[in-house]
Amino acid sequence: MFGKLTLDALIHGPIETFGQLSVVMGGLAAVGLLFYFKRWKWLWSEWLTSVDHKKIGAMYIILSFVMLLRGGIDALMMRGQQALAVGDQVGFLTPDHFAQIFSAHGVIMIFFVAMPFMFGLVNLVVPLQIGARDVAYPFLNSLSFWLTIAGATLVNLSLVLGEFAATGWLAYPPLSELAYSPGVGVDYYIWALQIAGVGTLLSGVNFIATIIKMRAPGMTLMRMPIFVWTALGSMLLVIFAFPILTATLAMLSLDRLLDMHFFTTDLGGSAMLYVNLIWAWGHPEVYILILPAFGVFSEIVPVFAQKRLFGYTSMVVATMLIVLLSFVVWLHHFFTMGAGADVNAFFGIMTMLISIPTGVKIFNWLFTMFRGRIIFATPMLWFMGFLVTFTIGGMTGVLMSVPGVDFQLHNSLFLVAHFHNMIIGGVLFGFFAGLTYWFPKFMGFTLNEKIGAYAFWCWIVGFVTAFIPLYALGLMGMTRRLDYVDIASGWHSLLVVAAVGACIIALAVCLQALQIIVSVWQRKKHVAGGDPWGGRTLEWSTATPVPFYNFRTIPQVHGRDAFWMQKQAPHTAAHEVEDIVMPKNTAMGLIIAGASFLFGFGMIWQLWWLAIVGLIGVALGIIIRSFDDDIEYVVPKEQLT
Amino acid sequence: MKPVHVLAISLSACACILGLIVFLMQGHTIAILAPKGLLAKEELTLITNVVSLMLIVAIAVFGLAFFFAWWYRRSNTRAVYSPNWEHGAMSELVWWAIPIEIVLVLSAITWSSTHALDPHKALAIAAPPLTIEVVALSWKWLFIYPEQHIAAVQSVRFPVNRPIQFLITADAPMNSFWIPELGGQIYAMTGMSTELNLVADHTGTFAGRSANYSGDGFAQMNFTAEAVSGSDFDAWVESVRQSSESLTLHAYDALAKPSQANPPAYYGNVADTLYDTILMKFMAPARPDDSLPDSVIQAGDRSGGPSMGMPGM
Repeated sequence: MFGKLTLDALIHGPIETFGQLSVVMGGLAAVGLLFYFKRWKWLWSEWLTSVDHKKIGAMYIILSFVMLLRGGIDALMMRGQQALAVGDQVGFLTPDHFAQIFSAHGVIMIFFVAMPFMFGLVNLVVPLQIGARDVAYPFLNSLSFWLTIAGATLVNLSLVLGEFAATGWLAYPPLSELAYSPGVGVDYYIWALQIAGVGTLLSGVNFIATIIKMRAPGMTLMRMPIFVWTALGSMLLVIFAFPILTATLAMLSLDRLLDMHFFTTDLGGSAMLYVNLIWAWGHPEVYILILPAFGVFSEIVPVFAQKRLFGYTSMVVATMLIVLLSFVVWLHHFFTMGAGADVNAFFGIMTMLISIPTGVKIFNWLFTMFRGRIIFATPMLWFMGFLVTFTIGGMTGVLMSVPGVDFQLHNSLFLVAHFHNMIIGGVLFGFFAGLTYWFPKFMGFTLNEKIGAYAFWCWIVGFVTAFIPLYALGLMGMTRRLDYVDIASGWHSLLVVAAVGACIIALAVCLQALQIIVSVWQRKKHVAGGDPWGGRTLEWSTATPVPFYNFRTIPQVHGRDAFWMQKQAPHTAAHEVEDIVMPKNTAMGLIIAGASFLFGFGMIWQLWWLAIVGLIGVALGIIIRSFDDDIEYVVPKEQLT
Repeated sequence: MKPVHVLAISLSACACILGLIVFLMQGHTIAILAPKGLLAKEELTLITNVVSLMLIVAIAVFGLAFFFAWWYRRSNTRAVYSPNWEHGAMSELVWWAIPIEIVLVLSAITWSSTHALDPHKALAIAAPPLTIEVVALSWKWLFIYPEQHIAAVQSVRFPVNRPIQFLITADAPMNSFWIPELGGQIYAMTGMSTELNLVADHTGTFAGRSANYSGDGFAQMNFTAEAVSGSDFDAWVESVRQSSESLTLHAYDALAKPSQANPPAYYGNVADTLYDTILMKFMAPARPDDSLPDSVIQAGDRSGGPSMGMPGM
């Protein structure tokens, strides 16, 4: 009846208990506040059942912030353990708990911070930039979001019930096989990613359809804002890469559940196959995240330099080259697995080729600044911070793409520093810039610039303090994922510096939270009109906050920087206001995702009856929704004046 | 505070931290930058060359970025402002050409260095190589000397200036065999025999460890690698041979059980085909009789490269 689930799953050490309590108390506090302010109905009808791309985008970003706190606490615990466990001290974490924390940190930061943040911005902005009223499939969009939530809930539920994978964020076998990981940790990992992954794949389909089919009249492909181009590139990568992840994890779960031998050590299984497959998804995943960040900067730099983007065509070509090349570099994640020199050299050179389009993008941004009138508002600060950290990260990346060098730096803290350089300095800074830039469009007021600048500088100083020591430690020969270091190694003092750096970053995140609170408090002081920054693209042409139908009349596009052209030479021919057809709210996304959560939970704890109930729920939800014809309503034109 | 003060304070803080990091590195082994073996030396030269090439672009980017940011600031009315300039065929050609040229040079370096530094390749040193078989266990390293018929745990010793051919496998989750001062790493995997050719140019004790996470005892899955003179090595081999401990298949099974923070151990005698037996036990279905036929053991490709063949399948 209860499968592997027993009361023992609840019983942990003191630190885990604290984690359990935080999750439970956090949930109860949220429920309590909703009762106190009597906001249940509002939450249900305005948010949970909404199919509006703007609300879904906002919820993605809220998820991303909550998960950033969780992943950040994981990071602080790891840094704390490494700063304390030296010589005869063992620190405060057991090796197994430490491993669960670094695995959860990686999984959460990539899948439930970076990905939702990316989807949040794409959701908020892409339909507006192409002059559409919503995405191509609004219900599918809601379903994608709730599947992501189901995955995130499973990962965090592992804090309360059972354990998380202690295998690293990619769960390499044979360590992740039953023989070495008999607990439910790896199953939490598999089913959280499977469910969230389906959501991601559906989003990819949705946004490709949206960008191809929903553009306003006159917006040819080569007139699309670069952010839309990069979103398109990213979504193409999603639909090609995520099925690989799904298949790989499915094979791993078949190994674990049905005693198959895809990746086991015996009976012809090959862990090397898994390593190849997971990186055939994993490398494109990096570009899924970074391309939209490049897009954000391609929007911000022209606006704050008050000048057209330099080299639009080059930007488009570079974006698409990155999309293509990202599928032929995966082997650089394991030169050290023993392939021959020809194979290693080929993948090394392919990896370097990516630096060409990336370098071109950087030069194009620089020459957008050239002969501009640059306003250093916080989005531009993030751009400057990005430029420096990303260039350093790019250099260390090209360095490690040379197999001869990689043999010495692979799996060391040098590698850890490199990818944090790319993911924080590249992806996260890009998304922070985008959030600051687009915030007033949706909220009606700008974020506090002063606190924003302090948060930015805290991030920069914290980043240098936390990650440059890791480069040094890598050169000293320190490997990643150590829960204890020998005092004779001389690594300890630098680990303490890195821990201080993590605290400075934590302060920066607190300042960002403060920035939002203060800005909401003083919202009357920072009221933004429809176009606070002197925008160039269509999202700035509509009212602020954006009405649910986005545009009263669908704009006619005559060139790139459509809104900027309109401001230069207003077209007098006003469009006739017409009735608007909008999608109805639906709870079906939430219901299907809830059923898939039950299915995932059942699979993890081997509660087969629950898994079957969940699966039937998913199937019924899809069938009922498919036969529902009453999914749209008309907003009469009289209401629009 | 004025923005320019915040900028100054933050940049000074970053500079101080960089200084502190360099200071804290003093007096400790910086393995990658102070190599003690031929392979690690050539890898360091490669690092230096690649970094210098990339600095050409990086310095240009940083220089242009800070100059443009400063000169084209809004308050500078002397700066030229051309809001519609968005394309220049010549300049874009240059942006594409610069990284392409650098990547061309880097590719040539990559192709030749990858072949020159291939870990499978025997080093171009006149001395005859010494073969040491390495087995990653949970969580300790087993070193077997097939010619000397001895074995050691958590400690490996070899003669200086003599090329060492490490043949590497695992009887545990995936690990990575790494002695940073001597050269790069190679994964240790069940049912696979990977190869790493190293040589020490100096006598001394070097830290070695697993670089790929393999479970609870991973942090202490480190070993010492000692390079000693030829005569010291021979004397050491003799002394180990005196040991009454014998690594039979039975003793191996006990050793292979997971254990943490293992002290060094030495075996005066080793079962002859132990390495091949460990390699093959994952390669074929379990057989009713424990002794594997010779033909199967031969298929375990000892000459180099992971063996993809699956005898018995």
